[in-house]
Amino acid sequence: MSSLNRREFMKRLAAAGAAVGASSLYGCAAPGAGAGARVVVIGGGWGGCTAGKYIRKWAPEIEVTVVERNPTFVSCPISNWVIGGIKTMGDVTFSYDNLVKRWGVKMVRDDVTAVDLGKRQVRLASGGTLGYDRLIVSPGIDFMYEGIPGLKSPAAQERVPHAWKAGPQTAALRKQLEAMRNGGVYAIWIPVSPYRCPPGPYERASMVAHYFKQAKPRSKILILDANQDIQSKKPLFTKAWNEIYPGMIEYRPNSELVDVDAKSLTVKLLGGDVKADVLNVAPPQKAGEIAHRIGLVNINNRWCGIDWRTMESVVHKNVHVLGDSTLSAPAMPKSGHMANQHGKICADAVIALLTGRPVNEEPIISNTCYSLVSDKEAIHVASVHKYDKAQKTLVPVKGAGGISKERNALEVAYTQAWADNLWADMLA
Amino acid sequence: MRSAISRTGAWCAGLALAATVAVPVAAQDFQARAWAASCAACHGTDGRSTGAVPPLAGRPKADLLRAMQDFKSDKRSATIMHQHAKGYTDAELERIAEYFSKVSR
Repeated sequence: MSSLNRREFMKRLAAAGAAVGASSLYGCAAPGAGAGARVVVIGGGWGGCTAGKYIRKWAPEIEVTVVERNPTFVSCPISNWVIGGIKTMGDVTFSYDNLVKRWGVKMVRDDVTAVDLGKRQVRLASGGTLGYDRLIVSPGIDFMYEGIPGLKSPAAQERVPHAWKAGPQTAALRKQLEAMRNGGVYAIWIPVSPYRCPPGPYERASMVAHYFKQAKPRSKILILDANQDIQSKKPLFTKAWNEIYPGMIEYRPNSELVDVDAKSLTVKLLGGDVKADVLNVAPPQKAGEIAHRIGLVNINNRWCGIDWRTMESVVHKNVHVLGDSTLSAPAMPKSGHMANQHGKICADAVIALLTGRPVNEEPIISNTCYSLVSDKEAIHVASVHKYDKAQKTLVPVKGAGGISKERNALEVAYTQAWADNLWADMLA
Repeated sequence: MRSAISRTGAWCAGLALAATVAVPVAAQDFQARAWAASCAACHGTDGRSTGAVPPLAGRPKADLLRAMQDFKSDKRSATIMHQHAKGYTDAELERIAEYFSKVSR
C-alpha cells in the first residue's frame, strides 16, 4: 500500500484547504490537494514527457519522476527529413533540462528492471528503487524478431537498420544512403498493421526519393509492403510519387516476409527473394518490453488494454499506459502525436484520482499527422476521437477529419509549426 | 487510499459550503481545459503558438467561437481546421473558446 497514509494525507489536505475554491461542475479539488503524492513515469518519450510535464503544470504539488535510459530526446517524427537530408540529427535532438529546471520533474537516467506492484516500487538497473502512488508506463515499441531469425544478431540489425526508433539508427541509415552508388536500390519492408506511424514508411520513401533525385538520380526505391495497400494518405502519396519522382518508386503490396539475409542484403519474401543496396526493415512491433515484464500486455501478446478515460491499465490498478504500447482505439494511429494526446488524458485523470475530484468521463482528443512528400510540399491526415460510453472506447467522430485536398507548400509551414509546438509542449 | 479519497470528498463538500472563494471559471472548468489541451499540438501549449499556426491564447471568445463555427459550416475555407471543428458540438466549442479567451497571451 502507498507510504502516504491516510493521516498524513488528511494533514496535508487541511494545510492546503485554506485556499479551497467554490465547487465546480466537477466537485471540489482543493489546490494542493495532491501534496505528497508521487508519480513515476517509465519512458521519457512523447507520452511520458507529456504526462510528466502536464502533471507538474496542472498540480505542481505532485512529485513526478521520469525514468529514461537515453541522455537526450531524439524525435522520431521529422527524423525522415534527416534521412532525406533536409534536416540534421541536431534538429531532432532535444535536452530534458527544462523539464527539470522549469517544471521540477525529476529525471532519472536508468533502466527499469522490475516493478513490485504490491509495494508500488519501481526497481532500477542501478540498484535503486522508486516508490509511487501512480505509475505511468510509456515505453514505445519493441520489435518481434522471432519471425525474422536472420535479424536476431546485433550485427545483422546494424547492417539492416529499422530506424524506427530515432537515434543512432537514423544517422546510420542516412550514412548508408550517402554511401550507396548511383543506380542502386533502397528497399524498405513494412510490417502488417498495426505498426508505429502508418504514413512513416511512405514519407521515408518520398524523402529518399527527394535525396536520390538530387544526388544519385539513377537510383530506385522499392517499397515492400506486407499490407494489402498503402496504409495512410494513399491518393496523396501515389500522386506525389507519379508526378515528382516518375519511375523512381515501385510499390509492392502483400510482401509477406519469410526471413532476411543481412550479409547479402536480401529480403526473402513468400513470392521470392529481393536484393537491395540499402535494406531497411521495420520488423513487426509490440509494446515496449517493460510493459510485458510488468504484466500489462493482455492482447495478442502485443498490446496493453487500457481505460480510455484515464489510460489506466485494465490489468493492474494504479498503473497507466500511454502511446504505442496501448491497444489502439478504433482508427487511431500509433504515433508521437497520439502519445502526446494520451499524456494529457492521463495527466488530467491521475491528478483527479490523486486529489479526489471526478475523472473526465468525456475525453476528446485529435490526430493531426503531417508528412513531407518533397522539401517543398506536405500533406496531412486528421481525425477527432470522442469517448463512446456504449463501446467503452474513443471512436472517430463521423463527418470530422480527413486528408489534404492536395499537397501544398503552406502545409510545409504548418508541419514545422506542428513539430516545434509539440516539442515545446513536451520539453520546454 | 480509496477511503481517504471518499473522506476527502466529504471534507471538500463541507469546506465548499462553509467558505466559497471566487475562482476564475477557466481554472475550474477542468473538462474544457482537458479538451483545449488537445489543440496545443499545432497551436502551442495553452494556445501560445510559435510559427505559422496562429495563437489562441487570450483571443476574444466570440472571435474564436465564430472562427470554429465558420470552419465547421465550411463558410470559411481551411486546409485542416474544418476537419477538426466538425468533431465538436457547439457547446463544446463554446467552452473551449471560453477557456482560451481567459489564458494570458
